[in-house]
Amino acid sequence: MKKLSLGKYGILLLVLISACKFNGNRVLPILGERSTVTRVVDGKTSIDTIYKTIPAFKYINQYGDSISNKNLDGNIYVADFFFTTCPSICPVMARNMLNVYNTYKSAGDVKILSYTIDPQHDSVPILKKYADKLNVAGNMWWFLQGHKDQTYLLGKSYLVSIAEKNPAGEYIHDGYFILVDKQKRIRGMYMGTKAEEVAKLIEDIKYLKAEYDTPAAK
Amino acid sequence: MKFKIILFLGLVMLAIISACQSESQLEFARYYSAGSLVYQTKCQNCHGKNGEGLLSMIPPLTDTAYLKNNRKMLACLVLNGLRGKYVLVGKPFEGNMPPSGLNQVDIANVLTFVGNSFGNKMGTISIEEVGNNLSNCK
Ligand code: HEC
Repeated sequence: MKKLSLGKYGILLLVLISACKFNGNRVLPILGERSTVTRVVDGKTSIDTIYKTIPAFKYINQYGDSISNKNLDGNIYVADFFFTTCPSICPVMARNMLNVYNTYKSAGDVKILSYTIDPQHDSVPILKKYADKLNVAGNMWWFLQGHKDQTYLLGKSYLVSIAEKNPAGEYIHDGYFILVDKQKRIRGMYMGTKAEEVAKLIEDIKYLKAEYDTPAAK
Repeated sequence: MKFKIILFLGLVMLAIISACQSESQLEFARYYSAGSLVYQTKCQNCHGKNGEGLLSMIPPLTDTAYLKNNRKMLACLVLNGLRGKYVLVGKPFEGNMPPSGLNQVDIANVLTFVGNSFGNKMGTISIEEVGNNLSNCK
């Protein structure tokens, strides 16, 4: 018994130590593919890491406004993929995303993007109705409609998988919430159907915001 | 160690108590516990852990009067789903609940669970009752 609990403490300690500190805050990892470039400046060789970022996109939101990646400049955002008629995981995802919404709706530099993967059905008025049913107003949480092919491709950049309708008429998609920083790099992925993971997302947004509040960050 | 003894005694007491339960109470407990599992896998995503629903999107299962007054319709509703507009707990809902694909036994289980959770007190909704009501689905 004693040995076991010692082991447990050991692991706990390890976890605590490995969560690296940054001004007393946790620094979130940068996810996704990366590449390096070697540069020679003033005779000195330096190696830079280039992180993959979310590519440009163009969608329409629930108000009928055109939204592109430009509208997100200066914002941290959380993205997910859904469709309004999704019977299985979407209500849970919506319930959990509402916690993110309610926590950060007045933050000013945090947004939520929910891309529909069924644009044929999910027109602007239907998205507006969906937002209304969730009491979502204003411009913090956008429900986005665009070309299906574009959305499937974009899904890949967000590291999630989306597939065509199955015979039961459902789209199979994993319910990840993806946290993107102001440089459009992926900083975290959280299972949107799990309240604990979404609680962690809400916590992590705080750390990510703090990165931009310190003078050291660019 | 002490904890284990207490746990053991507790279990023994539980066993004694449940042995003293009447047959109908036992039957209720069987329906209810099986129903709670059905609820978790088939309903909870939408209606929520505590039957709270989801804002104006999904109605709560806490409208005791509604459930009581519509007792005869519930089996058909769970089997075939529900689509349309109506007012519940003073709030308008317009949604779409998909057919559940549940069999008669699981419908009885889940209705007994829902009918006796979240403030509802409807007693056992038996397989026979569900069978009767299902034969009257519109
Ligand atoms: C995909 C989400 C979804 C699932 C899963 C679901 N429901 Fe519903 N349920 C709804 C919606 C939406 C309505 C309201 C339909 C309408 O507006 O016409 C509803 C209405 C109801 C009602 C009548 C209104 C009320 O709130 O009392 C009952 C009872 C009910 N559901 C029980 C269940 C039970 C039991 C299950 C599991 C077997 C279940 N539902 C699964 C979405 C769902």
